[in-house]
Amino acid sequence: MSSLSARILDVFNEPGCAKNADKSEADRKKGCTKQPKPGSAAGGCAFDGAKIALQPFTDVAHLVHGPIACEGNSWDNRGAASSGASIWRTGFTTDMNETDIVFGGEKRLYKAIREILAKYDPAAIFVYQTCIPAMIGDDINAVCKAASRKFGKPVIPVNSPGFVGSKNLGNKLAGQALLDHVIGTEEPDYTTPCDINLIGEYNLSGELWQVKPLLDELGIRILSCISGDGKYREVASSHRARAAMLVCSKSMINVARKMQERYAIPFFEGSFYGIQDSSDALRNIARVLVARGAPEDLIGRTEVVIAREEARAWAKIGSYRPRLAGKRALLITGGVKSWSVLAALQEAGLELVGTSVKKSTKEDKERIKQRMGQDAHMIDDMAPRDIYKMLKGAKADIMLSGGKSQFVALKAAMPWLDINQERSHAYMGYLGIVNLVAEIDKALFNPMWEQLRRPAPWDGIAKHGHPNPMVLAQTDGQAAEPPALLEVSRRAKRVCLCNTVDRGTIEDAIRLHGLTSVDSVRLHTNAFGGCCRSRIQDILRAMSGSQPPAMQQAAE
Amino acid sequence: MAIVSTPSKACTVNPLKMSQPIGGAFAFMGLRGAMPVLHGSQGCTSFGLTLFVRHFKEPVPLQTTAMSEVTTVLGGYENIEQAILNIHNRTKPEIIGICSTGVTETNGDDIDGTIKLIRKKHPQLATFPLVHVSTPDFKDAFQDGWEKTVARIVEMLVRAPTSEVERDPARVNVLPGCHLTPADLDEIRTILEDFGLKPSFLPDLAGSLDGHIPEEFTSTTIGGIGIEEIASMGQSGWTIAIGAQMRRAAEAMQTRTGVPFRLFERLCGLLPSDEFIAFLSEISGRPVPPKYRRQRGQLADAMLDAHFQIGGRKLAIGAEPDLLFDLSSMLHDMGAQVMAAVTTTPSPVLERIRTDEVLIGDLEDLEERARRQNCDLLITHSHGRQPAERLKIPFHRAGFPMFDRIGAGHQLSVGYRGTRDLIFQITNLLIADREENHQPCPDSWRTSTPPLKSGRSYTDASERSIA
Repeated sequence: MSSLSARILDVFNEPGCAKNADKSEADRKKGCTKQPKPGSAAGGCAFDGAKIALQPFTDVAHLVHGPIACEGNSWDNRGAASSGASIWRTGFTTDMNETDIVFGGEKRLYKAIREILAKYDPAAIFVYQTCIPAMIGDDINAVCKAASRKFGKPVIPVNSPGFVGSKNLGNKLAGQALLDHVIGTEEPDYTTPCDINLIGEYNLSGELWQVKPLLDELGIRILSCISGDGKYREVASSHRARAAMLVCSKSMINVARKMQERYAIPFFEGSFYGIQDSSDALRNIARVLVARGAPEDLIGRTEVVIAREEARAWAKIGSYRPRLAGKRALLITGGVKSWSVLAALQEAGLELVGTSVKKSTKEDKERIKQRMGQDAHMIDDMAPRDIYKMLKGAKADIMLSGGKSQFVALKAAMPWLDINQERSHAYMGYLGIVNLVAEIDKALFNPMWEQLRRPAPWDGIAKHGHPNPMVLAQTDGQAAEPPALLEVSRRAKRVCLCNTVDRGTIEDAIRLHGLTSVDSVRLHTNAFGGCCRSRIQDILRAMSGSQPPAMQQAAE
Repeated sequence: MAIVSTPSKACTVNPLKMSQPIGGAFAFMGLRGAMPVLHGSQGCTSFGLTLFVRHFKEPVPLQTTAMSEVTTVLGGYENIEQAILNIHNRTKPEIIGICSTGVTETNGDDIDGTIKLIRKKHPQLATFPLVHVSTPDFKDAFQDGWEKTVARIVEMLVRAPTSEVERDPARVNVLPGCHLTPADLDEIRTILEDFGLKPSFLPDLAGSLDGHIPEEFTSTTIGGIGIEEIASMGQSGWTIAIGAQMRRAAEAMQTRTGVPFRLFERLCGLLPSDEFIAFLSEISGRPVPPKYRRQRGQLADAMLDAHFQIGGRKLAIGAEPDLLFDLSSMLHDMGAQVMAAVTTTPSPVLERIRTDEVLIGDLEDLEERARRQNCDLLITHSHGRQPAERLKIPFHRAGFPMFDRIGAGHQLSVGYRGTRDLIFQITNLLIADREENHQPCPDSWRTSTPPLKSGRSYTDASERSIA
């Protein structure tokens, strides 16, 4: 384990990490192992992080050395896409049992490697260490080394047992495994002056393919993508690239920086989320490639492509802007992607009422401030209950977050959009941003919300198990409409004709939130407040006297 | 009679099995105001949580003691203490359930002892319901975790009768196995209530994970059976256990409270439903309501309409023992042949599955056998999607997890009505497959053409009869 802890220390000592650079010498030594709090922790372990970072290598068999939990509970659950091989989606695990724990699991691991090579013949095997074999002292480095030598295939140890830390640490340990055992071990068939590496791009929902056509058009070759739709041979020969773009800024910074040190491959940080960022990224790619000897006209050609794509994307987004303008979004992500997604949303005319910055660096926060203004509501760590309150209180119109927190929004009957790795839509580049805006529009304007926020009309009808005498009276042929039905038709009367909002919806909003002005009604309902302003005022006036204090209290 | 075997390979490929601790945590999720905790590293919880959320499309309470490398070496006392205090203060649960994991079983944490110490040290927890179950990852499977946890809840939370208790003959305990969905529980509840019986479900996933929208946002379970109701289960007239896995809990209940039990190993199919309804009529002393006479007729008719498709089908099925037994028997009783059966853990029902061999294995084994036996219907959980694509045969999703379709909690397969709907679902899948992939062409029956990839031929008598 000593080599593992030494390696963790090494990974933490990351001069390229802005968050790290902010710290004092003493803090830096402590590393980023902020211990998760028992009983109130969320998020994956280091093994999870390592697997996320490497699993998108498609022609590699990913073998998890551990008991069934680590692979059995989690395999084939990522939305990365492959252009060819499918072996990466196959779940391989040693499924350690009690006997293995007592006598050690190294033999089983070795046999498992042999079986996989015989049956599936992958380009390589990545072996992931987990907590239990780490505890009992299985030396996966030695097993992998022996297997590589014996079978003549790369067998790569990824030493990242879950209990050493967070998902992010696991990303970095995975990167370290690539640096130690993979990168620079093979040579590419040929090289071009326009070869780049993309580092920390996972091709979720195939979104890399929203950008790749542009790179192809410009004659820029992705020598290796680490790791989305990646191939073993590509990453093994990635040290011949002319430049690198670090895509998901924090997860694999160590790979980018060490490749710069070892192979003099310059890198820059960038993102393909949002129009501005996509253009910046393309410009930067062209710039660094030209600086490294690519033909000078690349810069000019890139500008032409950017101009064309921007115009196209703006035109498409423009059609949404009037609908989305002023809608308020709450952005809860790991924090890393906050500022890049944020820019995209603002381009679509949305207003950000808050964004999480839990994992963001000081620099990230500065960028967010720049984009959102000084009064930016940055959320360090918000309890689900508070997010729920915020949404229920209609302080935001839509939440964008990862899958785990989706129900906070959905159960408050508020629109929600998945922007994390499990999502099924691709949001990258000029096409992706249009996609994202279209999805937000679809979510926001779904006619379902209005129905869901309305209470059942029969609540209160025949409360005590007795039939309502008025209903009986009516069936007897008397003309009087029963009060309950009267109430239903009264509530169903349209108030806002432009956006079809009925009286009941407005009354409920007024009662629920204790509203007193037309503007606040506009905020809480779809009502336009133009031609219906006087009608809303009438409702407000009629209700101001009748509101029971208990209701008001409940509304707080 | 089936032979139960275990393959000798070292590497599990495409696991069918899920781990025991999350099966245990799942049982706690059927209790009201519960917070299950896995005593292990945070990943143990995170993987399980993601799995449940993707299956139910619901918020799921599941916490962790967040063991680190250091605390794993030094022992997890403080982590358990902190976790319990944190949860108790922040989420105000009615019960905390603690399942151990491989990590903490390997280092040998004494959780029961720890809980005793914590109760002594923190008087506010002296009588607070804390239930611990030992569920190492490296042994057994999901279903076993559920089995042990429900038995443990019975032992710890059901009040032992002090003297001759007042029994309420109309009250019935229902101990459902983990293979039943919230919809199944609701169906059983309706049936029992139609006989004038008052059921208590332990656990009651229909109360917590049926997909309702709660009034208030809570981080614990949003429904399920309450602690008080569990405590009073000793006053019931009968216990009904569903699935062989629930024998342990039913026996614990009988030992503790003297409530007699009846175990129903299956509730899917005509004969098992008959047996169930007859039993309810017997214990309630009421005639079977006309509604069930009609439903029985509908099921019989559904079987008539469906047997053309299901008869002669070669079934490949992978599921946990009780689900495997239930579904494979129902289809066998409709004329299907069970050609490949794979499960996760030993069980007394396995040797009674109507096939030659039941393998305790993985989806690679199932896929390989399905190919060898020319199977033309695959039933397993969502991870069967890759094998199904390669085998190019119709695929019905059953069991946990079902993450790539919605409505997992509302799949119904018990009783006359549930069996009827399941038969329709599977049969329609088979009809659609025939229309899409097996349309006859001029060369279909020409002897010189190579045999079709699918094992199903077109001269099948049953198909001709409705063609």
